[in-house]
Amino acid sequence: MGSSRELKRIIATDCGSTTTKAILIEYVDGEFRQTVRGEAPTTVEKPLNDVTRGVLNAVTELEELARLKYDNPNIKFIKDNEILIMEDGVTGDTGVDAYVSTSSAGGGLQMMVTGVVARMTGESAERAALGAGAIVMDLIASNDKRANYEKIERIRNLRPDMILMAGGVDGGTTKHVAELAELVSAADPKPRLGSSFKLPVIYAGNTKAREAIKETLGDKVDLIITENLRPTLEVENLGPARDKIHDLFMEHVMAQAPGYNKLMSWTKGPVDGKISKIPIMPTPAAVGNIMQTIAKQNDIEVLGVDIGGATTDVFSVFTKEHIFNRTVSANLGMSYSISNVLATAGLKDILRWVPFEINESGLRNMIKNKMIRPTTIPQQLEELVLEQAIAKEALKYAFIQHKEFAVGLKGGQRKREISEAFSQSVSGETIVDMMSLDLLVGSGGVLSHAPRRNQAAMMLIDAFLPEGITRLAVDSIFMMPQLGVLAEISEKAATEVFEKDCLIYLGTCVAPVGKSKPDKVALTAHIELPNGEVFDEEIKFGEMRLLPCGVGETAKATLKPGRGLDLGEGKHQEVETELHGGVVGIVLDTRGRQPFELPAEASERVPLLKKWMKELKSYPEKILE
Amino acid sequence: MAQAYSPGLTVTESIVLRKERILPLKGKVLVKKGDKVKAEDVVAETKLPGKVVPLNLSNKLGITADMVNQYIKIKPGQEISKNDLIAETKGFLGLFKSQVRSPITGEVENISKITGQLLLREPRIPVNTKAFIDGIVVDVIEEEGVIVENKSAYIQGIFGIGGETIGEIKVLVDSPEAILEASKIDESCKDKVIVTGALATFDVIQKALKVGVKGIITGGIDDRDLKKLLGYDIGVAITGHEDIDITIVVTEGFGEIKMAQKTYNLLKNFEGHKSSIHGKTQIRAGVMRPEIIIPTEFTVEELGTQEAKMASLEIGTTIRVIREPNFGQIGKVTALPEKLTPVESETLVRILEAELEDGKRITIPRANVEIIED
Repeated sequence: MGSSRELKRIIATDCGSTTTKAILIEYVDGEFRQTVRGEAPTTVEKPLNDVTRGVLNAVTELEELARLKYDNPNIKFIKDNEILIMEDGVTGDTGVDAYVSTSSAGGGLQMMVTGVVARMTGESAERAALGAGAIVMDLIASNDKRANYEKIERIRNLRPDMILMAGGVDGGTTKHVAELAELVSAADPKPRLGSSFKLPVIYAGNTKAREAIKETLGDKVDLIITENLRPTLEVENLGPARDKIHDLFMEHVMAQAPGYNKLMSWTKGPVDGKISKIPIMPTPAAVGNIMQTIAKQNDIEVLGVDIGGATTDVFSVFTKEHIFNRTVSANLGMSYSISNVLATAGLKDILRWVPFEINESGLRNMIKNKMIRPTTIPQQLEELVLEQAIAKEALKYAFIQHKEFAVGLKGGQRKREISEAFSQSVSGETIVDMMSLDLLVGSGGVLSHAPRRNQAAMMLIDAFLPEGITRLAVDSIFMMPQLGVLAEISEKAATEVFEKDCLIYLGTCVAPVGKSKPDKVALTAHIELPNGEVFDEEIKFGEMRLLPCGVGETAKATLKPGRGLDLGEGKHQEVETELHGGVVGIVLDTRGRQPFELPAEASERVPLLKKWMKELKSYPEKILE
Repeated sequence: MAQAYSPGLTVTESIVLRKERILPLKGKVLVKKGDKVKAEDVVAETKLPGKVVPLNLSNKLGITADMVNQYIKIKPGQEISKNDLIAETKGFLGLFKSQVRSPITGEVENISKITGQLLLREPRIPVNTKAFIDGIVVDVIEEEGVIVENKSAYIQGIFGIGGETIGEIKVLVDSPEAILEASKIDESCKDKVIVTGALATFDVIQKALKVGVKGIITGGIDDRDLKKLLGYDIGVAITGHEDIDITIVVTEGFGEIKMAQKTYNLLKNFEGHKSSIHGKTQIRAGVMRPEIIIPTEFTVEELGTQEAKMASLEIGTTIRVIREPNFGQIGKVTALPEKLTPVESETLVRILEAELEDGKRITIPRANVEIIED
């Protein structure tokens, strides 16, 4: 890791499938701050076919905005169509010390994984690939109930960027692992990009089966052997496989994508005082990097979501051991995949969040038009409300998938403590616990660019249904990828910017868990607000309240959930705590959890939606009348 | 200035087109550089590997995997016919022999000593690649395919379904905002590519299918009709492989939308001309839009492709509105204010000011327009 003291100015970009986002990080008054940002459409596709054009466009905007900000026409980041890196460090208005980048353009990293038992080694392989930032196109396992010929057809048709093969704990089955290798060999899969090289296959399974694997696949694919990712049922060792995935991502996948060879030669910065190449990271891997850093530094549980145009990624760090999980819902997104949200959730579930009438045909056409013209922005208020309703459903489904995936290791026998036995914690159960969650972070256009931050808070609450007391934040411009890769050259710069500029705290959500009736008290709240006022109310079930409490402010609160309801200390048990404010404030939500129910009849539901939206100040009054 | 807007779709009377016609796997190229080809001509052919049929011999014979070699009667690479003897155990005193016979005609791919698995492969499946456009072979990529060039009138659609097809253009409406009635489609439309105006209704598509129309070019299509036609909802925008006997190219979008006047005029001018069209759409990872290609006369000297460039948004640039309100309307940019400006939804965006064809002046997010090249 390089010394961050020498860094004065850094450019970081994230080349997404739609947009290339550039940020400028500067060392100002003794600290690192993110000062200017720019963006431009990604140009990895025809007609330009060169990712660096989009990067230059985004950096040009950065340059123009920096000139405006500092009223200095001499600022210059680009020279001869290349980002200008000052070998001897920045001294004047020209150039930068480092340029780093992440990428998910061109569909990101697409992988297929194999394992012997789908829910054991298969799942570990999936976790390794996802953690490395890949989209897992399919998991082929010995016990996945498909006939072998079907598996072969599937492997052949997939065209992944690479395959990760796991299976067998060390010393365990070799036959099943070898059989999977034979299926891969029979399918003779071709890589997605560039037909001139062999498909990379990483073997991270039973060490005893290595020779058999070499014999079966050695000639046909580019075989890389690494440590077993599940050496015993009780242990997962994902690191070595993940590292190999990253190496191959750079060497094979990136090198095939248009313009990436040039981009790879641009990403440089000082490491140990010398200008060195800084590898481009897959976007989700970079996000994982920064999220784990924060969870560890602050000892908290974090849940993050990035809802993009094509996919929705959910990241979480739960349990005392800071277990990291990432899932990708490859077909849930707000533009390319928006139509699939409609197909998954159904019209009824989307419309349950909409406080006005709209005909089906109009909505369907609007969704499809967004799909075919993914970069358009809702200009009309009604379209904004509709997009946000769709977002709630996309987020809800992505989170369901995450909960199903983020589980304890299955198949292992572990010693259980008495307390665990009582809490019925068993292997294979989700480790996502919304009650113990400390921080929920949203990002991606629909959350980060919501015209009102209150809308982002509303979307996060409605989609994730946080329980007990949870802080809410958005990554304003989805800076986490850039910070994740920046951490590779300066952890100090990355964490400083993260704390000061990346997260925008929305506030805190207080939501008692359980069910009650509308005429019953769900929450008795005594809250001393920072403006000197005291909020005292017995709030009935099915209500929402928004209290003012700004960024950096806290409010002392005594909160008692109603009968049958729980805020984390047990049913009907009082909680004394400090609530953190934010740009939205403190949200008290007594609409119930487990279950959270909305009336099926529009005549009952719409007035409630309007009441809650008014209380949260989500939309202008005119649309809620 | 940053390019915060969608690159427009190309609609032009004349463009030098270059089409790569590549086989899915390596094979044989049937034409040579300089050859004149017709759209229907096969330019390259190959054989795709047949389906793999796995057989677990050790299970079938009731022996361990390492014993399979002792009883096998065939070798990798060997051709076999259905019911040929593959393996046989010795049995007891020549009795109680277990036999395994081939379930297919094909080839032996592999015999595994580790798992006892035998892989057989069905015969290869021939596939070919056609030229798709009338033109000249300007390059041959050995064993892979060719590059064909021509000069064409050319329209990019926004969305489509169905694969490549060829047919004569027939305009069935007298204005770009008209909506075609199904009754106007008759036998004379067989094998033609018809133009339907602002909407292709479900009835129109059904009638076209019945008559044997090759393709439909329309301003808009209703998503409900599309779902009814395909029997499923299109989830992600990757199309072109639908199992239907017609190709549909949508030039503007979903819903009833007037076809751009320029597009309509071009199609009208080239009525009766042969066209090559496809509905293949992919909106991410290798953007592909449907195309309507109408080859025109040219000389070899006119060929040679132009370098791709991104049109820029300036005062006077012709734009099309691509989202409500005013969706589908054409206008000219009158101002490009730099400052972020709130629109009705309260979103802060970079905007532009424009005057629409009917004289109405609008303010619109730059992201909600696309450039129409004049």
